[in-house]
Amino acid sequence: MSKVQQGLPTLEAGRGAGAVAWLKAHPNIVRAASVIVFFGYWEWAARDMSPLFMTYPSAIFRAAWAITANGELPQAFLASLWPFAIGLFISIVGGIALGVLIAQFWFLEYVLDPFLNALYAIPRVALVPLIILWAGLETTGKVTILVSIAIFPVIINTYAGIKDVRGGLLEIGKAYGATESQIFFKIILPASVPYIMAGVRLAVGLAIIGMVVAEFFTAITGLGGLIVNYSNSFATAKLFVPIIVIGLLGVALTEFVMWIERRLSRWRALERERF
Amino acid sequence: MAGATVLDIAGGRPGADPTSAPPMVAVRNVTKRFRTRARSGEPDVMVALDRVSMDIDEGELVSLLGASGCGKTTLLRILAGLVKHDEGSVVVQGTTVREPRRDLCMVFQNFGLLPWRTVIANVAFPLELDRMGRAEREEVAARYIETVGLKGFERHYPHELSGGMQQRVGIARALTRKPLVLLMDEPFAALDAQTRESLQEDFLRIWKDLRTTVIFVTHSIDEALVMSDRVMIFTPRPGRLRRTIESPFGPDRVDRDVRALPDFARCRQEIRQMLREEPQ
Repeated sequence: MSKVQQGLPTLEAGRGAGAVAWLKAHPNIVRAASVIVFFGYWEWAARDMSPLFMTYPSAIFRAAWAITANGELPQAFLASLWPFAIGLFISIVGGIALGVLIAQFWFLEYVLDPFLNALYAIPRVALVPLIILWAGLETTGKVTILVSIAIFPVIINTYAGIKDVRGGLLEIGKAYGATESQIFFKIILPASVPYIMAGVRLAVGLAIIGMVVAEFFTAITGLGGLIVNYSNSFATAKLFVPIIVIGLLGVALTEFVMWIERRLSRWRALERERF
Repeated sequence: MAGATVLDIAGGRPGADPTSAPPMVAVRNVTKRFRTRARSGEPDVMVALDRVSMDIDEGELVSLLGASGCGKTTLLRILAGLVKHDEGSVVVQGTTVREPRRDLCMVFQNFGLLPWRTVIANVAFPLELDRMGRAEREEVAARYIETVGLKGFERHYPHELSGGMQQRVGIARALTRKPLVLLMDEPFAALDAQTRESLQEDFLRIWKDLRTTVIFVTHSIDEALVMSDRVMIFTPRPGRLRRTIESPFGPDRVDRDVRALPDFARCRQEIRQMLREEPQ
């Protein structure tokens, strides 16, 4: 009896709670609404402001169209891409190689340790003037700046991944008479792949920062160069375009690496679920 | 006491009969000491194995039984060539064991599978280390996967299998090299009771077909009785081989539930007594 009496008011309250629960269960609707409201308000509120100071979405869209059509944006994009690709490649390959070497050979670890720690501790942006002095303003300088920023997570994660390989896994190799190189290539390296891929993902994000920093401080080219030039000429609507392109590039590359990471590290995530 | 026991304590061994064929495994006076650091900081020596000797014949399934710390696993690891002993000798089919050998294969307590490899790649792993071609080794692996009853799971990953199935993979992997001696380190200890019994039964059947020599470490009296031709009873501190017991159930134990036999409970009781009453 008392149950029925209590049941009625909860049923009434259930209507409002139902709508809240529905929204909670559909986060993408809330997210989309939030973005639409934001852009709508921006478009409406910024129209009356000085175009030197502020811009609005439809103006950015027109600016994007204009600098794509006249070739400025594609040219800058390609100019950025080349040093970016070289720098990211060196960061990944070199970072894995260095990480493996210092993890496998104690002597190299002790020899290189002080320098790696020192370099890691110094904000790499502080080194930019020195790098420019030694490596110049062109591609070499840009790649050097980018690598100095992006290589560390790869080194550190590779090192940690190799050091973290459980003794039990190594023992399987030993018990079955694997040679040192078989233990490395068939056990240690595959066991460290999840760590290495996490390092690569961080390196992609840092490489983009490195690219923009390099283009700000060296020869003004590429997407970073566009930002500097548009900013100097108060072309605020155009200024937003390279910023957005850099953001999209970061999201696309990070998603791509995460997709590879998921494929290669699936065993690890699923193994964790079990315990 | 001897007249009252069901168990036949095999006093004649080890290696007493010179007329018979040489044993598959001959362990002679093996001693192993571990240096441990006591809390005071002074170095301390723990005798893990104290002059252990045993002979194991070809095709025999012998279990090493004892509480933890009695040195049974250490002895198995010495047999596998993973640990160096301080004194004595270990000879398998005429050759001294100094390091891991291809004809001595190990089954691990925690299965020891490589989680990024599929079932077939795990089973073929030893043959891959032997540099056998891919097609050939996968053919051999597929055969042993069928032997352990996992046909159809070749492309699964270890995390997609239950514990019992994972250990079947571990057994199949050890069989691919057709080892002289299969070394099993508490292989079923991590499984639940039902799974354990079904693996025990299935493994006995596999062993009966293949007739491999098996050395089986366990801390379970029941398991030792169900599985083995002979049970070697170890006691700890220092680790010593106290008794060797012939199985009262003989080779008939395969395909038969020896747990239901009237002798089973009595044997178990006697072994429990032996494990308990041994002086420290």
